[in-house]
Amino acid sequence: MTEVATDAQLVSRCRRGDQAAWNELVERFSRYVYAICFQAFRLPPHDAEDVFQEVFARVYQHLERLRSDEAIRPWIAQLTRRLCIDRLRSGGREGAVDVDELEPAVLDETLANIDEALTVRACLDAVGDPCREILDRFFCRDESYKAIGEALDMPAGTIASRISRCLAKVKAELEGRS
Amino acid sequence: MSGYDEQRIAALLGLLPPPPEGWVHAAQELPRARAEIAGLVARAEEDAAFRALVVADLEAALEAEGIEATPSVVAALRTRLTAD
Repeated sequence: MTEVATDAQLVSRCRRGDQAAWNELVERFSRYVYAICFQAFRLPPHDAEDVFQEVFARVYQHLERLRSDEAIRPWIAQLTRRLCIDRLRSGGREGAVDVDELEPAVLDETLANIDEALTVRACLDAVGDPCREILDRFFCRDESYKAIGEALDMPAGTIASRISRCLAKVKAELEGRS
Repeated sequence: MSGYDEQRIAALLGLLPPPPEGWVHAAQELPRARAEIAGLVARAEEDAAFRALVVADLEAALEAEGIEATPSVVAALRTRLTAD
């Protein structure tokens, strides 16, 4: 099992000007922000990139204002949602959906799933490598057994069983947190 | 956090693909970029001709200083300059 800094620990280190902590914080929440922009609000790539950068710029700028270090995750979620809505209301770029086209129930469900996915991702980080690498390549990067085997120097024929074992480890980690 | 099966875990993992590396890198560089912006603004405050150059083309001024002109960095520079 890998020792992973809590969100609060990371925030505290960022406040002290620790660049490595900031890098880790961006890494930890980058997929979350990206998923909210793309999957929940279906922003076109240029709008998504602007919102993505604006979210982290505001997080960095206002880190001191955060009431509780543990609140970083809901704060980032709320900030991202607000900036996505602002972007859509301002017209967005070509290809942006009309904000009124977003079905509230569907949007809420997508956001809830993304939030749940981040919890699962945290468990995957806790399980550590090689499981993190294998599951990330297969489920998040859509790589084949062959590509994963080559990248990680493992026989391609063993990847399926490794994926299965790694999923069981993530499940155990999730259950351990319940 | 109970009731997860492997299929659900796999589906949830698939919801979080990585963003383009350049986006992540630019966000990670924010603290450094902000420090560099502070230096650029300080120079602009002392040198009116340099300030005019910066105001005329924020992106070019940033690039000339080796700072990546992402939208948030440009906006931060604009805010700093108009606040002064």
